[in-house]
Amino acid sequence: MLLISCPWCGPRDETEFRYGGQAHVAYPETPAELDDQQWAEYVFYRENPKGPFAERWMHAIGCRRWFNVLRDTVSYEVLAVYRNGEEVPR
Amino acid sequence: MNPLPEHPDFLWRNPEPRSSYDVIIIGAGGHGLATAYYLASKHGITNVAVLEKGWLAGGNMARNTTIIRSNYLWDESAAIYEHALKLWEGLPEELGYDFLFSQRGVLNLAHTLQDVREGVRRVNANRLNGVDAEWVEPSEIAEICPIINLSPKTRYPVLGGTFQPRAGIAKHDHVAWALARRADELGVDLIQNCEVTGFVKDGNRVVGVETNRGRILAGRVGLAAAGHSSVLAEKAGFRLPVQSHPLQALVSELNEQVHPTVVMSNHVHVYVSQAHKGELVMGAGVDSYNGYGQRGSFHVIEHQMAAAVELFPIFARAHVLRTWGGIVDVTPDASPIIGTTPVENLFVNCGWGTGGFKATPSAGWAFAHTIATGEPHPLNAPFSLDRFTTGALIDEHGAAAVAH
Repeated sequence: MLLISCPWCGPRDETEFRYGGQAHVAYPETPAELDDQQWAEYVFYRENPKGPFAERWMHAIGCRRWFNVLRDTVSYEVLAVYRNGEEVPR
Repeated sequence: MNPLPEHPDFLWRNPEPRSSYDVIIIGAGGHGLATAYYLASKHGITNVAVLEKGWLAGGNMARNTTIIRSNYLWDESAAIYEHALKLWEGLPEELGYDFLFSQRGVLNLAHTLQDVREGVRRVNANRLNGVDAEWVEPSEIAEICPIINLSPKTRYPVLGGTFQPRAGIAKHDHVAWALARRADELGVDLIQNCEVTGFVKDGNRVVGVETNRGRILAGRVGLAAAGHSSVLAEKAGFRLPVQSHPLQALVSELNEQVHPTVVMSNHVHVYVSQAHKGELVMGAGVDSYNGYGQRGSFHVIEHQMAAAVELFPIFARAHVLRTWGGIVDVTPDASPIIGTTPVENLFVNCGWGTGGFKATPSAGWAFAHTIATGEPHPLNAPFSLDRFTTGALIDEHGAAAVAH
């Protein structure tokens, strides 16, 4: 089981969280101008790296706030935890 | 002391890679082997190599729960999975190898009113598509599988179920060996410990692959790499709408034969069969997070064990022997992608998610057709990559008799 440090509540078991997939996927700035291929990219296509991955988690049975985690998808090690609006830690 | 017995016959050669082939398949799992077999046997293309970074059938082919069924809701899915089931019925004889295909039936339990409605609807859809399916009441379930707890006092009582009598299980590693042996006999080179590290391209056309054993040229290349499909696609210069997740399963130690069929429960979420040797084989859903680690979190195992004991009180004293995880590539609509890619002469078979084993023969059959002719067969045409652009999704999330 993963041990994830909520930026507000501290380290908690994975079972307290819900997964939200890739982080930093912004809603299109000019949605009316997108063609079908661009919509497909926004709706269906996500990064799927083998290695560090910036992803969203939500502390579902804690503070219920969304935040971001940089996690290695091979070792599953949590490399960094950071709040929405912050840059991906290097 | 007796001398050691003779080594049994090898089922396939272990050839060195040649400098070029007509077709290279990446991934010697069930799907890659079936593709090579049908390329050789059905399309007469025998100058084929199957490249495998590890050992043959050591990925998801060694990690699944071996359930075979075709009771999918949508027409496109029913067609391709039923085609697979028909091929399964003929393959032991065709390949000359008894891989213990056992049509013991699959029972999908309903625990809520919504489950009941969905199940009855799916039975009707299956029958219209020529798939054997019936709705069974709890009294009939008691006859099909006496060890299920049918008490109305459980947290989620069994209200009925769907039953597909022609469904069942097979011995997964023997399936791989049967396909490998026959493909090898037909001239296909099965090359293990050969990892593809890049693609050789001429403009937008693939003309070969780079591997840890050197460059190998090819007229056409087919990806059949399951959980690593998007990693390879990125090297080839295009994207796939798949996410790789851990999928865990487990077996108990050997027990007497007590479980005569295959039981799947979407709602309490476990599926259970009993292998020929006697181990109970169980699985459930994927771990929520993306992962390439071939392992998942233990609470997922705990959850499926709780569901299994709720459904089968007789299992309460059984011991877990082993748990493991595979890497499954899940698409947004829980249906596979089999067809052309934005790169010329490069084809993809991926996105089977949690349900690839049952489709092994038809995945190979359809993928071989696609590679041989350059065009998808009507069976796999709906499962194109561009459906995510056109919107013609085949949404089997929750429709396919089990939550993916």
